[in-house]
Amino acid sequence: MRGGGLWQLGQSLNRRLAQADKKVVGRRFFSSEDNLKKTVLYDFHTANGGKMVPFAGWSMPIQYKDSIMESTVNCRENGSLFDVSHMCGLTLKGKDCVPFLEKLVIADVAALAPGTGTLTVFTNEKGGAIDDSVITKVKDDCLYLVVNAGCRDKDLAHIESHMKSFTSKGGDVSWHIHDERSLLALQGPLAAPVLQHLTKDDLSKLYFGEFRILDINGATCFLTRTGYTGEDGFEISVPSENAVDLAKAILEKSEGKIRLTGLGARDSLRLEAGLCLYGNDMEQHVSPVEAGLTWAIGKRRRAEGGFLGAEKILKQLAEGPPIRRVGFISSGPPARSHSKVQDDKGNSIGEITSGGFSPCLKKNISMGYVKSGTHKTGTKVKIEIRGKAYDGTITKMPFVPTKYYKPT
Amino acid sequence: MALRLWASSTSNALRISCASKTHVAPAFSLSRCFSTVLEGFKYASSHEWVKHEGSVATIGITDHAQDHLGEVVFVDLPEPGGSVGQGSSFGAVESVKATSDVNSPISGEIVEVNSKLTETPGLVNSSPYEDGWMIKIKPSSPSELESLMGSKEYTKFCEEEDAAH
Repeated sequence: MRGGGLWQLGQSLNRRLAQADKKVVGRRFFSSEDNLKKTVLYDFHTANGGKMVPFAGWSMPIQYKDSIMESTVNCRENGSLFDVSHMCGLTLKGKDCVPFLEKLVIADVAALAPGTGTLTVFTNEKGGAIDDSVITKVKDDCLYLVVNAGCRDKDLAHIESHMKSFTSKGGDVSWHIHDERSLLALQGPLAAPVLQHLTKDDLSKLYFGEFRILDINGATCFLTRTGYTGEDGFEISVPSENAVDLAKAILEKSEGKIRLTGLGARDSLRLEAGLCLYGNDMEQHVSPVEAGLTWAIGKRRRAEGGFLGAEKILKQLAEGPPIRRVGFISSGPPARSHSKVQDDKGNSIGEITSGGFSPCLKKNISMGYVKSGTHKTGTKVKIEIRGKAYDGTITKMPFVPTKYYKPT
Repeated sequence: MALRLWASSTSNALRISCASKTHVAPAFSLSRCFSTVLEGFKYASSHEWVKHEGSVATIGITDHAQDHLGEVVFVDLPEPGGSVGQGSSFGAVESVKATSDVNSPISGEIVEVNSKLTETPGLVNSSPYEDGWMIKIKPSSPSELESLMGSKEYTKFCEEEDAAH
């Protein structure tokens, strides 16, 4: 999830090199950068050595002065600050906002306690994923959501069309899109101690998945204890006029240990944590059950259905999905998306959807989909890269243990 | 080197564009300016170098190329004995970021490959012109060398390429 399609990283980064070979990078990948949106931190990024690349219609830092390897490791040892303002925050309001959202997502929103949230999936009629999203119940009549930058337009159109028909039948729901806010992700072991310097609220009482509206560095922020790295950390929705000051304050309070971190390391981190990137590991035709997100389908929702595509999803729950998302560790070159996966007899069993070299494990890690029955942890597979088959093993995810802050 | 589109997504047909030089931070510009280009080598526009000595030509990727790629984690090399054509791919370099094909600046028969890169791919970063060499070939048309750039020309080429984006 989160972001908008890291598949562009390679090509964007190496544009200069790639441009020499027009056969490989077609013209359709080029467009005027005037079309790109900038976050309020744009100048801050470039002043700090951020290498800006086009990403989901935005100009975003792919890395700063540190290499992707260094940034990834530092996030787990100290901490990282990411600008994720390209992602779209929105609030659903009204006394019927919960039943409304439940028509569109697989989560048991009604059962969420106020001030808590969860990862969920917006489904289509066929049971496939339109997007993944972190949703929070602020109050019974107020929900806060963050959706992927790359899915913003289609998500908003989808929500809007359902909202129109819902309200025309008398339902009470409206939305506010938080274009007046920016979003920072603060991740890693120093995230909490550093952020604690900037707020009077006791962060030791805010656990993974919980949400609070509070004053941070003098601005009213929406704080969610969540992230996309597997580490403890926060996503901070801050009024845009306060975003640069907050970013500076966080870096300063960490005494240089928390580093600005770009999309490149963000992709390595989420891959190590076994988290899906929408557009790679989850798509319109992939169900949440296939994607390994069965846990996100609320118990009541499994019994009652009532979300788009419920029939197909509940059938998959009963009978088992035809394919499943699994992790791999492999030898040879890093497996990348679209590499074919074979069983040890050479039969095709699936495909990689994202992969790379793990900076923390110093091994090739990847995830992808294989046929059910061939998905057991420890299964030996072959991964085809540039015509050669390399040994791989189906491996439990996360690859790197997660460190979410949960009550003991 | 030609970039392989390593992680395309069909559902996420998002447009991308070039980052202009005004958006490149000083640190990156500096590191590019300091990329080493050696005398006595010939350079291809796809950022490989070739050094022709006697009957053998050694081939690798340039300092500029390794700098853009970042940490190299795997080098895919051919078997000795095969042949390569000018401008065609003989191997690939994998960095944390991406996969890039490596093209041969000239045609010939592969007589040796750098087996050290199997264990230590990072030599491409630390020593692109020496320990990080990739293949040695016996050139079949040495005159192809004349179509390549000299050190001054290549330095200018890199500057212009960076400036154009």
